[in-house]
Amino acid sequence: MTLETAWDRAVFARACFLIAPDRLGGLWLRARSGPVRDRFLAPILLAYTTDLRRIHPAIDDQTLYGGIDLTTSLTTGGLVRSAGILQQTTTLLLSMAERAPAGLVARLGAALDQRPDLKLLALDEGTEEAEALSPTLSDRLALRVDLTEVGLSLAQTGSEMSDIPAARARLSHVVADAACGKLLVELAASLGIESLRAPIQALHVARISAALNGSPSVTEEDLANAAALVLLPRATQMPAPADDSAEPEPEQTPPENQEGQGDNGRQPELSDALPEELLLEAVRALLPNDLLDRLAARSAVRAAESGAGDGAKRRGNRRGRPLPARPGKPRSGHRVDLIATLRAAAPWQKVRQGSSMHNRLKIRASDIHLKAFEERSDRAVIFCVDASGSAALARLAEAKGAVELLLAQAYARRDYVALLAFRGQQSDLLLPPTRSLVQTKRRLAALPGGGGTPLAAGLQDALSLSDSVRSRGMTPAIAVLTDGRANIALDGTANRAQAASDARDFARLIRARHVPAMVIDTGQRPSEALGGLARDMGAGYLPLPRADAKALSNAVESTLCSA
Amino acid sequence: MTHAFPFSAIVGQEAMKRAMILTAVDPSIGGVLVFGDRGTGKSTAVRALAALLPPIKQVAGCPVNSARVEDVPDWAEVSDRRLVDRPTPVVDLPLGATEDRVVGALDIERALSRGEKAFEPGLLAEANRGYLYIDEVNLLDDHLVDLLLDVAQSGRNVIEREGLSIDHAARFVLVGSGNPEEGELRPQLLDRFGLSVEVTSPRDIETRVEVVQRRDAFDRDPTAFAKAWRRKDLALRRKILAARDILPEIATTQSILRDCAELCVALGSDGLRGELTLLRAARALTAFEGKTEMSRASLKNVAQMALNHRLRRDPLDEAGSGVRVARILEEVLA
Repeated sequence: MTLETAWDRAVFARACFLIAPDRLGGLWLRARSGPVRDRFLAPILLAYTTDLRRIHPAIDDQTLYGGIDLTTSLTTGGLVRSAGILQQTTTLLLSMAERAPAGLVARLGAALDQRPDLKLLALDEGTEEAEALSPTLSDRLALRVDLTEVGLSLAQTGSEMSDIPAARARLSHVVADAACGKLLVELAASLGIESLRAPIQALHVARISAALNGSPSVTEEDLANAAALVLLPRATQMPAPADDSAEPEPEQTPPENQEGQGDNGRQPELSDALPEELLLEAVRALLPNDLLDRLAARSAVRAAESGAGDGAKRRGNRRGRPLPARPGKPRSGHRVDLIATLRAAAPWQKVRQGSSMHNRLKIRASDIHLKAFEERSDRAVIFCVDASGSAALARLAEAKGAVELLLAQAYARRDYVALLAFRGQQSDLLLPPTRSLVQTKRRLAALPGGGGTPLAAGLQDALSLSDSVRSRGMTPAIAVLTDGRANIALDGTANRAQAASDARDFARLIRARHVPAMVIDTGQRPSEALGGLARDMGAGYLPLPRADAKALSNAVESTLCSA
Repeated sequence: MTHAFPFSAIVGQEAMKRAMILTAVDPSIGGVLVFGDRGTGKSTAVRALAALLPPIKQVAGCPVNSARVEDVPDWAEVSDRRLVDRPTPVVDLPLGATEDRVVGALDIERALSRGEKAFEPGLLAEANRGYLYIDEVNLLDDHLVDLLLDVAQSGRNVIEREGLSIDHAARFVLVGSGNPEEGELRPQLLDRFGLSVEVTSPRDIETRVEVVQRRDAFDRDPTAFAKAWRRKDLALRRKILAARDILPEIATTQSILRDCAELCVALGSDGLRGELTLLRAARALTAFEGKTEMSRASLKNVAQMALNHRLRRDPLDEAGSGVRVARILEEVLA
């Protein structure tokens, strides 16, 4: 069995999932809902008709772990507990997995750790790279299938079902010699995979592959299959030549470099193990052509977004972090907390029963408790930093220092931080909103300088980012650090007058959307034009002629907080 | 009951293992924080620790694992007052657990069926005299962090809600793990952890291969694997018990106290918690090594994990606090 197309790989992964030995974790399926996904899922749903339980991201603890069965308890008058889904089944199907909040992810992760027989099928419908299953879970699921690129015509091509029960019977007799494990570990290391779960899972999958192929021991082909299913989707870098002993840092490897390696298809110069060379070759052949392009983008975005699987956590008036239930009258827009209401009513039952013939639960209006949530909108500070040549290098270093100081404060306040830099002809989103100080510092340190000053492009991106941040339920604030000599217009031409007017247009737009903002002038002396721009933006203006970073951060803090 | 991966079979990660053993020798050290990448064996180690720890003696029916009958709280209706051996409790606190579940709440069953106000203990009661493990501790909701801070500080859980007014002992070793890339920990909570260690994936291929092979052997036959490592685990347990016995006899010399104080002053750590933890950890290490006198070497050995997380954070310092501690350690204890 060779795995040429994405669909072949998917079918193979499905067979692995169906054999489903212990400790496999499960399968992460990335696909939009549609006929392709239905085709893929049909055999699984068929095989697990009774055992498979569907869960959704908003599932509560009681359903998951079991708790008091309220309806039955009330009708029978005694306490009846219901078993949770986790106790009832070994196979879970999590729909909309990309929306799973950190709490659910952590619980499922713990359950997977503790119960080797538990398997999770995570359906991830994320559209953007950043919108994906939390790494906490994806790290624990051995199999990964991406059907986003698979068309229906491909999905209809021959995919004969393997004989699952026979393969399952063979599985326990499959032998994998010690070299297999070593090979997979080395391969994982050369693909830049940090987690040690990956090679362990790959070894499991190699055994399953051997069982599927009917061979008594793990062959090279099985290893290649395992690598294609488990290791490749996690790769953060191309396999480097073996003589390159230094461990390359995945995030610091410039993408150009990786593309170059991939394009000319340079053979890795492996001196020793021959099978590994073969394996690497097999792996290389399996790499999709655009994987390398995607790799660079993905590792950057994913790392930044990790742990923030639930975007719009704090939107709407019935969400947010739960507060203790409060007594009150049910009105529209409020939900009665039944358990809390019962708790309030319970101690009085004996007294209340005295005056009545019926042996029913007596609940008074004063017992009623309402669910309460605290909505707290997180602040997201968008740093829009001028990295052009005119903001000469010394100033850039100062601006970096200022941003880092602000970051430390943002960290103390648990704010989100995003980093935009504009230089040359365009602006780049260096860091999507994140809470990680480590990430931001790393990204900031790598910020290059030079080129023109496309201030308008920077403001435009800051504005659209602030919109997207707002739609995710956070409160945006923009801090612009520039010397104000805008010389690149929005269309990329070097036209000073046009550039200035474009920048002013966007400044007015920012004001119109009521985004609190702050302009920090990093020029040698305060610039009149930049003051005007700040007024257009409705923003505070802070010239930074030799101001130290501390004064700057205090000023920003007070301006943005009061806004 | 499934087998946990044996503690002694964990390859490498010496700092993490040592930190956990030290808290087992002297629980008053106050918890371990393990920060590091995914898939480095953080949760494996904590769950392995549970199997390794010596059992505790407790009143059979007591909800807070009291050691003596007199300690059983009066709200608990304990029918079985025999003293029994139980495994040291290691309780998981899941992210987003409700306050009811953590601190305990009105027992709805007894309230409904008997019309009594009774207390249903939560996770904090369960964890008394044992370990409370929080995976992804840096993602814990703020309201739970506040709760924990208070209880970890006082060692008592006070419940004032729904007409209940009770308290019970809640002394536990807090073990947290997390990945710093996903967000950082509030300094207040950071300070409550006695020791902190950073774990990374092993770089060396041989070590990685060893990890994968042991894990694979365990996955295929957990029972046989656990049996093979049982003797080593038991030896470790005996060593911990022996260390507990000699712990009170270890004398603290003036010079060691001086060293502790000088280290903390040089590092500018806030408060005196750093010194206390450092001293306790060094004493526990001395006991674990079977010595009776504390030495500078043992102090040096634990200084990193006791002080790393207590420095004022300097966001401009790229190197991180570990390097600073190492440098000052060299200077002060030269």
